[in-house]
Amino acid sequence: MTPEFAGSQVVIELLYLIASVLFILSLRWMSSPATARHGIWAGEVGMLLAICGTLLHHGIVDYRLIAIALVLGTIIGVPLGRVAMTAVPQRTALSHAFGALCVTLVGSAEFYLRSPDISRFMMSVLSLEVILGGLTVTGSLMAAGKLQEILPQRPLTYKGQNFVNFLLLAVALALAVSLVLHPGARTLFPFMILVALSFGVLLIIPIGGADMPTVISLLNAYAGLSAAAMGFVLDSKLLIIAGALDGSSGLILSIIMSKAMNRSFTNVLFGAFGQVQAAAAAGQEARPVRSATPEEAAAILSAANRVIVVPGYGMAVAQAQHKVRELYDGLSKRGVDVRFAIHPVAGRMPGHMNVLLAEADIPYDRLIEMDEINGDFPQTDVALVIGANDVTNPAARTDTTSPIYGMPILDVDKSHTVMVIKRSMNPGFAGIDNPLYYLDNTLMLFGDAKVFVGSIVRELSGGHT
Amino acid sequence: MNSSSLINALFIFVLAGFIGFEVIRRVSPLLHTPLMSLTNALDAIAVVGAIVLVGEHKSSLSAIFGFIAVVAATSNIVGGFLITDRMLKMFKSSRPAAKP
Repeated sequence: MTPEFAGSQVVIELLYLIASVLFILSLRWMSSPATARHGIWAGEVGMLLAICGTLLHHGIVDYRLIAIALVLGTIIGVPLGRVAMTAVPQRTALSHAFGALCVTLVGSAEFYLRSPDISRFMMSVLSLEVILGGLTVTGSLMAAGKLQEILPQRPLTYKGQNFVNFLLLAVALALAVSLVLHPGARTLFPFMILVALSFGVLLIIPIGGADMPTVISLLNAYAGLSAAAMGFVLDSKLLIIAGALDGSSGLILSIIMSKAMNRSFTNVLFGAFGQVQAAAAAGQEARPVRSATPEEAAAILSAANRVIVVPGYGMAVAQAQHKVRELYDGLSKRGVDVRFAIHPVAGRMPGHMNVLLAEADIPYDRLIEMDEINGDFPQTDVALVIGANDVTNPAARTDTTSPIYGMPILDVDKSHTVMVIKRSMNPGFAGIDNPLYYLDNTLMLFGDAKVFVGSIVRELSGGHT
Repeated sequence: MNSSSLINALFIFVLAGFIGFEVIRRVSPLLHTPLMSLTNALDAIAVVGAIVLVGEHKSSLSAIFGFIAVVAATSNIVGGFLITDRMLKMFKSSRPAAKP
């Protein structure tokens, strides 16, 4: 080792160290919306330093190809950074796939460069890297396809599904073990990748739209862990740190999501979710509901002192968030206190509702988490439910036979008046009946969310003049 | 990787995991979507491994795999930072912004 070579090595490692610190600060600053944009800045600088440091690497002979790849990646990345806010969940799933693709390809290349001269430990980590990476690639692509509605959103279940999935996982692990014992068996490697890729597809097939927040978080955790494994393979501390941060982020979000859906964490880990239990919807006779017109709804809302709006995915589907903002403005002008109750699993990914409402210019201090706002419903005059269903279903508190029993919900039924905007009495996708609709203090507002909220807004401004 | 550097790597992994848990637990649930796109961009630091593969050009397979990997990771970096910034710009308070 010549002295100057050792010197550049030190510079590279120091740049990586600074990048690691900046990455941690970047996440630290995400704790509040006031500082969050510093976080991006820190992340970008860290990334730039790390890439510059890597380009100093002594072994690099071909800069032209690197430059082409970087430019190509930028060309693909820019449109992916400009998608509509409603499309953020599928964009996120797609980027999990890209991240995992990078990790899997690097792992595979390293295997073929090093085989058969690979220690047992190294081969175990490498197998972990490409199995996790491979299943995240196809799993995330499937999730993105379902979210983009290219693939059917309905969960696809068949008999013995869990058995088939476990069998595939077992085959992948068996292949990994034989590779650990015989790292020279180059022909086995592609089969291991192939099994991991198919496992990713089968894992997502039984999952429906409502479970997407959990699944996206879980894929996030897998992507992070596979990157950390890659850090072990390449002996890169920076990569281990970034992977551990991403992995713990995904893990924490998965835990929050699974708690909010009352699923045990092991249940989520093994992908045994999304099973449709349609039993509750069957055999229900028609019960009377009370409905109201936009005029009546506007009159009730403008007479209220405190209103809590409960948005759900239906609001996003109907693109009603901007009309909801107008409603917020109109009511606030009349001195009505309007807040928004956000259930952790409302929407298609963690925090989805907050982003959509923020895009519609609703101040973020009006968006209140479930635990914080639930105590306020008894003192609330009107709870207005827009496109949310299961997260308001009182059966989760009372009916032990309900498939969602035990799931924490927003206690909208405790407010003086509940108004629910809904297209029809058709039970939702999950087929779970919602007793909320038949309560004495509930008014059903039948119609498209955007149109109905628009009519209420018109009534409010008309009555004002 | 010899056994002492393996132990070093394990130390780093476990300690970074702890920092991750402590830092991310404090992230406001308001920002969970931008958090995910940000960690996604940071995770694309895997690009450094891919850059070395392309640059060293040890075999054509490793160069091709590395090339695709650089493209995929770079698109995550660029797209991830862009969309996170766009999202965070939208979060406004109803009170006049107080400097932290």
